[in-house]
Amino acid sequence: MFKPLLVSGLLASLLVNPSFAADAPKIAEKDSVKAEQFFPIMTYRSYTAGATMFGAFTDYLAMINARDGGINGVRLTWEDCDSEYKTDKGIECYEKLKKQGTHGASAFALLQTSLAYALIERSTEDKIPLITLGSGRSDATDGSVFPYVFPLVANYWRQNVAKIQFIAEREGGLEKLKGKKIVNLYHNSAYGKETLAVLDAQAEKYGFSVEHFSINPPGIEQQGIWLQIRRTKADWVILRGFGAMNSTALKEAKRAGFPIDHIIGSAWSSSEEDTQPVGDAAKGFIAASFNGGGDDFRVITDIKQRIYADKKGHVDEKYIGSIYYNRGIVLGILSSEAVRVAQEKFGKQPLTGEQVRWGYEHLDLTEARLKELGAEGLITAIKTSCANHEGGGKMQFHQWDGEKWKVISGWIATDDSFVKPLIQASVAQYAKEHHIIPRDCNLNP
Amino acid sequence: MFYRECGQFKSGYAADQAIFPILQDKIAMGVLLAVAFIVVPLVATEYWLGSILIPFLILSLAAIGLNILTGYAGQLSLGSAAFMAVGAFAAYNFALRLPMLPLVVDFILAGVVAAAVGILFGLPSLRIKGFYLAVATLAAQFFITWGLTRFGWFSNNSASGVITAPRIMMFGYELTSASSRYLLTLSIVAVFALLAKNMVRSQIGRAWMAIRDMDIAAEVIGIKMLQTKLLAFAVSSFYCGVAGALWAFLYLGTVDAQAFDLNRSFEILFMIIIGGVGSILGSFLGAAFIVLLPIFLNVVAGLFGSSLHADTASHFEVMIFGALIIFFLIVEPHGLARLWQITKEKLRLWPFPH
Repeated sequence: MFKPLLVSGLLASLLVNPSFAADAPKIAEKDSVKAEQFFPIMTYRSYTAGATMFGAFTDYLAMINARDGGINGVRLTWEDCDSEYKTDKGIECYEKLKKQGTHGASAFALLQTSLAYALIERSTEDKIPLITLGSGRSDATDGSVFPYVFPLVANYWRQNVAKIQFIAEREGGLEKLKGKKIVNLYHNSAYGKETLAVLDAQAEKYGFSVEHFSINPPGIEQQGIWLQIRRTKADWVILRGFGAMNSTALKEAKRAGFPIDHIIGSAWSSSEEDTQPVGDAAKGFIAASFNGGGDDFRVITDIKQRIYADKKGHVDEKYIGSIYYNRGIVLGILSSEAVRVAQEKFGKQPLTGEQVRWGYEHLDLTEARLKELGAEGLITAIKTSCANHEGGGKMQFHQWDGEKWKVISGWIATDDSFVKPLIQASVAQYAKEHHIIPRDCNLNP
Repeated sequence: MFYRECGQFKSGYAADQAIFPILQDKIAMGVLLAVAFIVVPLVATEYWLGSILIPFLILSLAAIGLNILTGYAGQLSLGSAAFMAVGAFAAYNFALRLPMLPLVVDFILAGVVAAAVGILFGLPSLRIKGFYLAVATLAAQFFITWGLTRFGWFSNNSASGVITAPRIMMFGYELTSASSRYLLTLSIVAVFALLAKNMVRSQIGRAWMAIRDMDIAAEVIGIKMLQTKLLAFAVSSFYCGVAGALWAFLYLGTVDAQAFDLNRSFEILFMIIIGGVGSILGSFLGAAFIVLLPIFLNVVAGLFGSSLHADTASHFEVMIFGALIIFFLIVEPHGLARLWQITKEKLRLWPFPH
């Protein structure tokens, strides 16, 4: 008698899921309470660096509430959803969070390229911007075809150009690249694959040869690959990894005897979470970043005082000032500035995703403004427009000294002339395939 | 009291062989379908339709596919997700390269392609059995996802390997709303579930079961091993292929080999183990358990509000989920479908003790 009762009870409770009906009143209640700007947080715990970045983003939003009482009196709210770095779970999170807050989600910031690809059409239809900070898809830089996608600061292609520029600098000039051999070790996912074509084009232009090796996620088996790399006598290795793949690569490279200081990590291989556990093997590893590290910024001091002093922080305190933490702060700054810019146009009230989108498209973070925000040196100046959803950030190279990242280059501005035609070609093809008539960026600047 | 069949007489073979021989079951099924087709689209939110019910239905279809192969024909397979991937990519390529075909035809052709691939990977089943066969199908899982990402032709040379599924047109209308996609999914799944139910009650199904229960005995009574086993692989892969196409077109909106990794195969296998091996109903119950329970746990965690950290909540979710799976398997190793059967038997006597 016990079993069927228990089971039917459980089944019934599954079927009569409370949220079926409970969703509506909850939103209505929020409406009547107060003006709020809602930010969904698409975090994931399966990879600590992801949690650090989104934790920092949350910290920044909380600090704005605590210090300034929100943005012009509009308080910021947020809700986490763990996407587990899976596309289907991410879509479920998106659908769950998109209608929350006074006017729905302001923007979805993603650190998951394959999910970004999957959400482009949905979010365009729902009129909610997708913020793919420092990632892809790269051609979304052209806002005329991708009005709702913002690969802010530096897209994958720009980062890749910066890496080749850096290698050229080390070799003694672009002409010295001729005859060199570069191995591209990439994460077999949308993220890893996005630079393949750019690298091939660069190889052709500068006369170096490039060999692509893919690693299936999560990428914890690389022994064979590194022996192979060793055998190809590569001069440089570009490590386009993510999560566990980075630590494994460094360990295996060391074991195979490949010089660690000739491995250049992408911006998503540049975290303390990846290098610290490796210990000595990571020493000398160079990685690109579009943001500075360290906690020597006023904005971080503010967060420490107002959030961590009360033990209300969202990440482990030891990660404050890490590369990914600061990246989350950059995300927070860009997002709150977008809201501020949009408020100037649409009024100081809660805004819809469509209105916030306008803000993201008209960001103008000058050095002076960054200084005001206490983030001087965290990133370089950003200015977005309809034709430029990226904003033209610069890249910096860091080297791991065994304990922390050391800055080893200035802010490198990249050569736009290389990426621009690629973006135009790619965008034209996308527009054709999807029957999109591009906006005229001269008409609505 | 309510569930008693006395007075229901069967006067012909047709009545005796009906899917639902008992009147109450017929009524219950009719009500369930009416609710699913009419009430749910009216009542449920977009989130519920688009992110919970659609994946639940599609995974049910995949679970039916695996149940045909594993539950009825007794061939253990770990390649279901790979066959889903074949279906998804095939449907994409049919839609891309033969745009004049209607969508439903694309889905069916995708199923046919998956069936062909399934037969290919089913060939080893003639020689190897049990766990060894599972390992052979595991090869399908790795080989197919590798092939689909390795050769650009399958993804139309897309730079990222993630491709947007084309817009969904039916009879000149574009299916964009969650409820229209839900209704299309529901119709396809309902039709295929009915087909599967009838298949397993027919001669083919009985041949499968004979092989499952003892293959030598089956051969002795004249069941052809080659055709029957390969047919099971073909039909199973067909179902998985259609499910994969639906997953890509109606749920994700993208065709991405990563969505069909080994974890998905395990998920489908767990569905039939928890739901009930060798039961069409079990496929649905198992899918419901796997899809809905994490969300239910999430909602429960939400009731605790901000006192529960998001990461703690997601850890709890995994732990409770695992514990419940173990609990169910101990209490009823034959799955939820068996529990339902027991419930029905008890209901026939209720409220009397004997």
